[in-house]
Amino acid sequence: VSHLPVLIPVTLLFSAFIIPLAGFLKRDFAFIIAFIGALLSFAFSTLGLLVVVSGGEIRYHLGGWMPPVGIEYALDVLSAFMATVVTLVGTLVLLYSRRSILQEVPERFVPMYALAMLLLAGLTGIVVTADLFNLFVFLEIASLSAYALMAVGDDRGPVASFRYLILGSIAGSFYVLGVGFLYFSTGSLNMVDVAERLPGLYDSRAVVAAAIFIFIALGIKMALFPLHLWLPDVYSYAPSAISGLIAPIMTKVAAYAVIRMFVTVFQPHYLRDILPLTSVIGALAATGILYGSIMAIAQNDFRRMLAYSSISQIAYIGLGIGLANPLGLIGALLHILNHAFMKACLFLVAGSIRFRTGEWQVSRFAGLGKKMPWTMAAFTVSALSMIGIPPTGGFFSKWYLLLGSIDRGNWIFVATILLSSLLTAVYFFRVLEQVYADHPKEENAPMNASDPPASMLLPTVVLGGGVLVLGFLNTIIVTHVLELVVATLK
Amino acid sequence: VNAFVLNYNYAMTAILLTIGLYGMVGKRNLLKKIIGMNIFQTAIFLFFIQGATKPGATVPVWDARISAETAGYINPLPHVLILTAIVVSVATTGVALALLITIYRRYGSLEEGTILERMKQSS
Repeated sequence: VSHLPVLIPVTLLFSAFIIPLAGFLKRDFAFIIAFIGALLSFAFSTLGLLVVVSGGEIRYHLGGWMPPVGIEYALDVLSAFMATVVTLVGTLVLLYSRRSILQEVPERFVPMYALAMLLLAGLTGIVVTADLFNLFVFLEIASLSAYALMAVGDDRGPVASFRYLILGSIAGSFYVLGVGFLYFSTGSLNMVDVAERLPGLYDSRAVVAAAIFIFIALGIKMALFPLHLWLPDVYSYAPSAISGLIAPIMTKVAAYAVIRMFVTVFQPHYLRDILPLTSVIGALAATGILYGSIMAIAQNDFRRMLAYSSISQIAYIGLGIGLANPLGLIGALLHILNHAFMKACLFLVAGSIRFRTGEWQVSRFAGLGKKMPWTMAAFTVSALSMIGIPPTGGFFSKWYLLLGSIDRGNWIFVATILLSSLLTAVYFFRVLEQVYADHPKEENAPMNASDPPASMLLPTVVLGGGVLVLGFLNTIIVTHVLELVVATLK
Repeated sequence: VNAFVLNYNYAMTAILLTIGLYGMVGKRNLLKKIIGMNIFQTAIFLFFIQGATKPGATVPVWDARISAETAGYINPLPHVLILTAIVVSVATTGVALALLITIYRRYGSLEEGTILERMKQSS
């Protein structure tokens, strides 16, 4: 059990290494190994979550070196929760990806899986590490594999990916710079150790600079408005299985890093009361929520619509962090979980539509409701959850965010959340209307569409059903897991 | 002026950072953006390395005359961190160049404006 924190990323990393070898023997081995690796890692994360929820955190010292000298991996409630979300969604999308990749980019089949596993290893690594510099290394592992994955596929992929690479490396460099300032002021890289040494240095300008650099860097990675410019293009032009893998979890892991910095490294008290960075994040997030929703209404391309809606939804998480009170943070964490499910489901639906019809334009979706009933049922549930209609999961995370805003007396945030729910309803009902319209205009209807094969349909429906299940289970998740995370905040 | 001379190491880092950032954001040629990126990252490497020095200290290899007196050695940790960061930077540059090759094969140019024009023509 004490090895769990390190097993989660290492399983994925190891399978990333053997996939090219196994894929050399037989192409499908690559998929099988990737799937088993992700499943194992999910099992470790779930086990880890069960252990830490009942009995405190697990700390692992790499190579037996004690912190602050050695690198430390830690599994507390927050990181175990995130690791479980990441690996669960990752596993489901990997199951889906096989047929989709075979159709879209068959010649890249084996390297795609090696890179996807590297991406997941990087993301879980960010989650479990308790070392500031180690986080940078995993951040870059995840980003590098994401750049490569996004460049495959559509013609415009490489250009979009290159723009992301430039912005992403600015983010990476800013992060290191911030960590450098922290290291030179505190003399440590271990998160807990830094946190212990910081209180005496709150007046130091170097610490202020460190906080600003780190939050700008993570803001870019998280695509928080106005640092979101890379996002719409890469989500639109990546292969559909890859958008399905990256969109739900990558920005969430960056959001996790922001929460980790907020809760563990620079203590809430500092960022809320002394250097009011959380107010800035909250204000930007509120703007981003509205901006993303309005831009999503203007899109006709389904993928772009989902990409802009991602900007809006990730800003909800930012809003929860910006509130900086227990209810807001519960809302943010619950929204990470819910949004990972809904956005994965929506991108998988988009991929399935492309798989069967090759269409992207919403105006050409007429009559799909009857032709792809299961896919569209999953789509409807996720869309309702995005809008925030009970009893879907999306309702409850917005509910906690609302409670958090009221608790803080911030009526602008309350208005933003309500208005944005309306805007979200506008762009999703437009799609639903096309899909379920009684008399589709014949020229707009794709010829012969049907539900995709079982290996693609199953993950989509599981994610769609998961959105409902999360809605029903929300009290359990909140009382048993999330309240433990925010207990330190009061 | 005096503050500038006393803190010239920070000033140099800031200048290099600005040059690199300008290269990444201001230049329209994709290859020049990569060069800017490398300058930017190098500035950060130098920032770490200068932070490791101590006046009168020597390389962090065990020396019987200094023994365990830490003030006698410069701090080796930033060097190790930067070694890792250099590896990351090389990998990033590699991926970026690979992307440039793909882009060049597809659009026959590395100028941002030309690429955008040819994108519009093809769609």
